[in-house]
Amino acid sequence: MTTAVTTAAGAVKLKPKEYRSAIEPTWCPGCGDYAVTAAICNALSANGVDPDNAVIVSGIGCSSRLPLWMRTFGFHSAHGRAIPVAVGMKVSRPELTIAVTIGDGDAFAIGGNHIPNAARRNIDMTLIVMDNGVYGLTKNQNSPTSREGLPGSLMPFGNIDAPINVLAFLLTYGATFVAQAFAGNPKLTGEIIGKAMAHKGFSYVNVLSPCPTFNKVDTFEYYRPRVQDIPADHDTGDLLKAIGIAEHALDHQKNPEGKVPIGLLYQTQKPVFAEKVDALKAKYKGSDTPDWEKILDGYKSH
Amino acid sequence: MAIDLTITIAGEGGEGVISSGDFLMQAATRAGMEVVTFKSFPSEIKGGYALSQLRISDEKILSQGDGFNILVAFNGEAYSINKPLLTPGTVLVWDGPHGDFEPEPIPGVTMYNVPMTHISKQELKNPIAKNMVAMGSVAGLFGVPMESLKASVAAKFKRKGQDVIDFNYAALQAGYDYVKQNHKKTDPFMFPPARPAKDVITLEGNQAIALGAVVAGCRFYPVYPITPATSVGNYLSELILKVNGFVYQTEDEIAAIAAAIGASYVGIKSFTATSGPGVSLMTELLGLAAMAEIPLVIVDVQRGGPSTGMPTKHEQSDLFITAHGGHGDVPKIVLAAADVEECFYLTIEAFNLAEKYQTPVFLLSDASLSLRVEAIKRPDLKSIRIVDRDAARSAVDPKEFMRYKNTPSGISTMGVPGVPGAAYAATGLEHAENSGPRTSVETKTSMTEKRWRKIERIEEETAPIEREGDADADVGIISWGLTQTMVREAVTRLRKKGHRVAALYPKILWPVPAKQIEAFAGGVKTVLVPEANVQGQFAELIRSKTSVVPVKQTLYRGEPFLPKEIEAKVEELINANAAVPA
Repeated sequence: MTTAVTTAAGAVKLKPKEYRSAIEPTWCPGCGDYAVTAAICNALSANGVDPDNAVIVSGIGCSSRLPLWMRTFGFHSAHGRAIPVAVGMKVSRPELTIAVTIGDGDAFAIGGNHIPNAARRNIDMTLIVMDNGVYGLTKNQNSPTSREGLPGSLMPFGNIDAPINVLAFLLTYGATFVAQAFAGNPKLTGEIIGKAMAHKGFSYVNVLSPCPTFNKVDTFEYYRPRVQDIPADHDTGDLLKAIGIAEHALDHQKNPEGKVPIGLLYQTQKPVFAEKVDALKAKYKGSDTPDWEKILDGYKSH
Repeated sequence: MAIDLTITIAGEGGEGVISSGDFLMQAATRAGMEVVTFKSFPSEIKGGYALSQLRISDEKILSQGDGFNILVAFNGEAYSINKPLLTPGTVLVWDGPHGDFEPEPIPGVTMYNVPMTHISKQELKNPIAKNMVAMGSVAGLFGVPMESLKASVAAKFKRKGQDVIDFNYAALQAGYDYVKQNHKKTDPFMFPPARPAKDVITLEGNQAIALGAVVAGCRFYPVYPITPATSVGNYLSELILKVNGFVYQTEDEIAAIAAAIGASYVGIKSFTATSGPGVSLMTELLGLAAMAEIPLVIVDVQRGGPSTGMPTKHEQSDLFITAHGGHGDVPKIVLAAADVEECFYLTIEAFNLAEKYQTPVFLLSDASLSLRVEAIKRPDLKSIRIVDRDAARSAVDPKEFMRYKNTPSGISTMGVPGVPGAAYAATGLEHAENSGPRTSVETKTSMTEKRWRKIERIEEETAPIEREGDADADVGIISWGLTQTMVREAVTRLRKKGHRVAALYPKILWPVPAKQIEAFAGGVKTVLVPEANVQGQFAELIRSKTSVVPVKQTLYRGEPFLPKEIEAKVEELINANAAVPA
């Protein structure tokens, strides 16, 4: 392991592989999450993130093992709870770089209540969902992003539920950066994650990360001819246009001509949560060395 | 006690019963008196029976007492409910004529009518003035200083403007004038004359928890609102900003405990407060904090359960879930506060223990204690010991640093973000000393033992438990939480009567302080454990961890014990023992 050298600007210069820990991933060969790990390392390196001041937080599931392979601080927490764990870190120490890396079941089923409330507050962190449309660690159940008809062990006859449109979900709940990436293109995925981490505010990257073991439909081969870069002239500041792209993002599941949009759908600047907290601390004359006797005086009966 | 006066105000929720009690409490503390309050009301914003009780003395008050000297009844329901307590020597101040009831004369009970509703509606043209009319009459009858009541009115309505303040002054005066013109005082009760004010601060139970937390170094409070824990956050929201901390309202209780764990992981002291249903939701993550060895404090302001139960009512029924909650073997510490002063000091102790042992610590309070107001000795903050975790403070060699080093004490040095070389990935998976996941027999065995070894010697490592009473007692009482205050009063009365009685007052309930309980039980004939739950939860924990077989005294009606109930139970046990031939 390498101890990061901090430059004068506070950034560090580390190669992507220096963001990896000594622990080797335990994923199946061919899993999309390898590429996501590489993309995150590329993004951390490109952004000059100090691994001693960064925490990668995850939940439970195949993809949530990711922090264990990283040389940053990490927290492999509980199923569905990565986001509030990360929120506690960011709100109490805003200077840290915080990213959440979880799967689609963790994000949109058991932990579904947490995304809207972190997004609407514009907490300055990055949420990366490795979306494979299946529960892998429990061996093949449908997830909230599984397409209709996809067989799973609890629905061997095929999924009878409609999938959630995650991009529309994030846009609607107020995320200030929403993008989609494809693990089949690690370089572009790294660039998108890098932009998300550099974004000041709540950023979301949905990475289509195929599961070669249990999802035999949404494979690398399936996505390759269907992914399509969001046009360069798309106005990323226009929420309605972004929702328009999201609206059609799942068309490919029913329409052979449908495309899978890749790239940045939406980005806007709003005050981040920590700024509002700082303003309140200033208003209340917050101090690390408060006048305790004055505080106690406030509890006397006058 | 030279002065020992209890006033109960009862009526319908929303009529100002609770604020009337607060005004009298403030008047008593201004007069340099000791005060203990008791409040009870339903889980509705308006309506339902509400009660505010105030016990005033010139000496330290042990409990809220058994009854009252003076009852101020705002309506017929309040009168009917309290009628059995109107014993000879007590005083009734009642709303009438033109109220909704008329009391029958009771021998030995002094009764004063005050047309509270009539004066407020007809003379003042505003029914909300009723409680002010009542307070004015109390001032006139019992010598509560009007200036003090006016000061409370001015403070409460400062933001509403002078018109509102003047209107309330007029209502106070109307009640005062009515009794002066219509009644000749025949009872002996008088509000005590002012004495030099003591160096005290006045706190409500939940307020003392909030203050204790910031003194302990807490700078982050993630919370989801739930009765009766909510006011901890209300008291913290502005206070914690003054020390550069923040209250964060989460989307649910699971998020609250998760955020507290996250903040603690990055080195910020953090806690959350909740009640029954919230504890149930949080139990999964107790295991995460224990497994990842993250210092964590949770305050459980217990209420009547199970399920939604009785959100505003007293019960001590969360001992099992806090001691045993969570799947797998979860090492935890459970403390319980008996009074407002302990809400302050045990909150600090909870943080200290969490920091030292890197594991979840519960502090139990309850609905009654949450609202209880006491004037406590102003804390000497310099003398309060604050413990900070064993953590790497400067760069460490990453090849050497083992976050979960299996030490003789079980306690290992934490890595905190920002410290070069200390990076590790915490995990709820079983893991080796370097935090890497492992499933080997050796790792599971040795790391389980490491986590439990941390709290194995807590009984020796914390302050000895207070014991009071006779050596070689006939009955020895072990109690916890608020019930301890009633036990103190019962023990004092029983010993005055000549009974041989002792009591033990543990603050750490889990791990059970087995050695001191064994030693205490060895010196008494019978051990009695009174507690407000149906199963006798502490008695059961004592049975499981010691050779002691206590007699249970359980109560689960939503109201705390009365001292006389414990007194009667002890006398029953003494008589039963005496009846058995030696």
